[in-house]
Amino acid sequence: MDTAVEIRGLVKRFDDLEALASINADVLVGTLTGLVGPDGAGKTTLMRIMAALMAPTEGTVQLAGFDVVRDADHIHVVTGYMPQRFGLYEDLSVLENLELYASLRGLRGGERSATFDRLLAFTRLGPFTRRLAGQLSGGMKQKLGLACALMARPRVLLLDEPSVGVDPVSRQDLWRMVGELTEEGMAVVWSTAYLDEAERCDSVLLLDGGQLLFDGPPRDLTGRLVGRSLRVSGLGDNRREFLATALDHAAVCDGVIQGSGVRLVLAEEGGTSAVLAEEGGTSADVSAGETNRVAVEKLCAAHGAQLVTVEPRFEDAFIDLLGGGPEGRSAIAERFGDVALDGDVAVSCRDLSKHFGTFVATDKVSFDVQRGEIFGLLGPNGAGKSTTFKMLCGLLKPTSGDAQVVGVDLRTAANTAKLRLGYMAQKFSLYGLLSVRQNLEFFSGVYGLSGANRRQRIQEMIETFGLERFLDASPDLLPLGFKQRLALACALMHRPPVLFLDEPTSGVDPITRREFWTHINGLVRRGVTVLVTTHFMDEAEYCDRVALMYQARLIALDSPDALKASAASTEHPEPTMEQAFITLVEAQLVEAQLAEVQLAATQATPPGVAA
Amino acid sequence: MSSQLRAQIVKELLSTLRDPRSRFILIGPPMLQLFVFSYAATLDVRNVDIAVLDLDRGAAALELVQQVENADFVDRLERVSSLAQLGDRIDRQQALVGLHIASGFSRDAVAGRPAKVQMLLDGRRANTAQIAASYLAGIARQLSVEIMDDGAPQTVMPQTVMPQTVVRHWFNPNLTYSWFIVPSLSGILAMFISLLVTALSIARERELGTFDQLLVSPATSFEIIVAKTVPALMVGSLLALLMVAAGVFVFGIPFTGSLGLLVASLLLFILSIVGLGLMLSAVCQTQQQAILGTFSIGIPLILISGFATPVENMPSVLQALAELSPLKHYLVIVQGSFLKALPPSEVFANAWPMAVIAAVTLSMAVIFVQRRLQ
Repeated sequence: MDTAVEIRGLVKRFDDLEALASINADVLVGTLTGLVGPDGAGKTTLMRIMAALMAPTEGTVQLAGFDVVRDADHIHVVTGYMPQRFGLYEDLSVLENLELYASLRGLRGGERSATFDRLLAFTRLGPFTRRLAGQLSGGMKQKLGLACALMARPRVLLLDEPSVGVDPVSRQDLWRMVGELTEEGMAVVWSTAYLDEAERCDSVLLLDGGQLLFDGPPRDLTGRLVGRSLRVSGLGDNRREFLATALDHAAVCDGVIQGSGVRLVLAEEGGTSAVLAEEGGTSADVSAGETNRVAVEKLCAAHGAQLVTVEPRFEDAFIDLLGGGPEGRSAIAERFGDVALDGDVAVSCRDLSKHFGTFVATDKVSFDVQRGEIFGLLGPNGAGKSTTFKMLCGLLKPTSGDAQVVGVDLRTAANTAKLRLGYMAQKFSLYGLLSVRQNLEFFSGVYGLSGANRRQRIQEMIETFGLERFLDASPDLLPLGFKQRLALACALMHRPPVLFLDEPTSGVDPITRREFWTHINGLVRRGVTVLVTTHFMDEAEYCDRVALMYQARLIALDSPDALKASAASTEHPEPTMEQAFITLVEAQLVEAQLAEVQLAATQATPPGVAA
Repeated sequence: MSSQLRAQIVKELLSTLRDPRSRFILIGPPMLQLFVFSYAATLDVRNVDIAVLDLDRGAAALELVQQVENADFVDRLERVSSLAQLGDRIDRQQALVGLHIASGFSRDAVAGRPAKVQMLLDGRRANTAQIAASYLAGIARQLSVEIMDDGAPQTVMPQTVMPQTVVRHWFNPNLTYSWFIVPSLSGILAMFISLLVTALSIARERELGTFDQLLVSPATSFEIIVAKTVPALMVGSLLALLMVAAGVFVFGIPFTGSLGLLVASLLLFILSIVGLGLMLSAVCQTQQQAILGTFSIGIPLILISGFATPVENMPSVLQALAELSPLKHYLVIVQGSFLKALPPSEVFANAWPMAVIAAVTLSMAVIFVQRRLQ
């Protein structure tokens, strides 16, 4: 097969920071190559170098035979590049955007209209040509961006995180389009932070911290784990306790809550974990001559649980490649003390609606969050989960309906009621102008802690989260994982019985995500109630119950297992959370699209012209 | 003080003053501006270039030209030989004023007839030219008196004996411009810094998301506003006092009023400005909006304060509006404290409006923070 992109010894440094460390890789013609890795892994840097928008520090990159440094002008002709936020002009209509990019590419006359017909059919944007780009949904914007990037029939298509902010249904559509393009012989590079997307690519470049960890078909990587991915079921309400025990076990390399069960990855036989076991500590867990599998079987039997082997996922392989996940005990939860809360309902809302002008962000949402559960608000960006979340914690005023936390409306309640609430925002809102220690002091002070008690809590947080090294640094300069730890420390300082987490793990690598959930699982075992929003479909598995939001409405509310079961079909007997979501949305979407097409049709008729 | 409030005040002080660079930016550039503006912004006219067309060449004309040439405000005097050249010099801005002395000037002067000189002024620089013209008129008047004294008998020329007006400027006898501008600038610059510090404070928190964090905490709107008042009050007052000190010790301006009353009025003044800044900040979504807002509030406050043009000259509507500007009241106090030993009753008359403005703006800021919910 022909090579479309040839990367040799590529290094990129920003001052002292090495964003890419000697990368060697090939991208083949007619394949979909996934550029996979957590945020900050170097994906965008590599994309921009391939698009000749940035020069490498060392090494060479050849794209369709052109060098990205010497032949930058040719590169811009043969590549289509779609950055994370494609430069659509929001005040121009779909057609005007297409015309602008066609003019930039020098397309004229018959060729132009033929290209437009082809692209509009391909993206299914035909009915919406008169709509302003700013009024398109996230998914439609990405499709329009793709159409603009495809204007010049590029030989290499570079898509930087095309699926961010796109609902699962539109995401399916994007995959279909990219599939057709590769069949025509185009080389497509698709960068993503979602590890589950890697499994759908023909080939994968796995980046972490600027290092290329894996290059090849995703099956080759997951193939190494066959027989090591397990699912434990029948644990009842003990699954969090079981997970904590299992993660501390030497035979287990990684584990996460999956609905009512637990998903485990066995440590490699004779691998690092086993060696660790011999050195002491947990040596009692694995008896001599016993395989990890047998050790885990014993553990399950002790808990009265069943064990089945399951298909390995790309994420399992990724964690295994990095040497396993964090341990299962949360030091902070152990010091937290049991939480007592009056009543069974921690958070409730009735017919909660929010309108911004004519735009409906939340439409008559009602639910109750039980004491001591993890309740997930799940949905793609723009589905209305953040708006709903903000109304619950008193940051937005509902247009109608009411919201209560521990029986009070936080907008009107006495400020002491807020002592029972812990809040961690999407962007880890910490004071960058203050040091880490000063942030801890501020948040403990503002929650009314003083004297010895305050000093003790601060010290506790510093020890638990390993913040000593950073005490005098600005939170802005911390690595993302530590920023998240500090934000969690600040939110937990006053030991709130109810915890609000708004997209707590967005942009965080899988290891740090696991560590975060270890703390949350530990806190829930202490009786803390957690309300969490997320757009990671797989993260819904950590929740006891999930409210699915789509286009401002609550479309389903149940346990993750029940939601998946309701979507099971002969095609997908064991659907993932994402497949379940798509099934649930599709019925609604058919209606919505029908309405949109009708609306677009009426708009397309000039006023005053009789039908 | 509750631990909540104390924690917030500490946070605000650290946010404003922790970084040495931001500490410098709050004090350094305003002090520099004080010195630059004090020397640059002056209404005295100096260094004037003059072109002279002397077609008379008599003794009186010569005397006039020499006196003009040696006048303090004249930098260069060029003698030209035609009317066309005279026009050309003004066209090319080589001369601000052209003097055209027609032939017969000396004869008329000696004969006691009104002797006329034509003055051509550059209208593009109307203000300076007007002032230069009045200086020149003064020289001419002086000269006519001299000519009369040792020239023609006075009885012949009764019409030229005009009453002489001698102006004496009290409080600032030499009309030193910096005596007027330094006290005013101390108020204006301190106002701008206080306005900017407070306007940015809530907007910055909103932009970074920490404001939400603050709103879900038990902190009340009142505490938030009190905490945000402290650093701006400190910085603004310190800056104003530094400038007053510079006025006394560097510019040598006599300080004749009461320092205690000035400091008390200064605190009221800064408080009223802080209230305005926080009101602005509570409605801004981004720091950029806050900066633009600072200018759209700050500039009118200065224009209406009586700093540039006397409030008495404004239309009555604007005069009423000027009463709402804290700067107008403070300028009366600070200028009065420097030059004319403003009595306590006058200080009080201008201090209470600032107290009212401060109470209103700070309360509004608390309400705006409470009503921040959409």
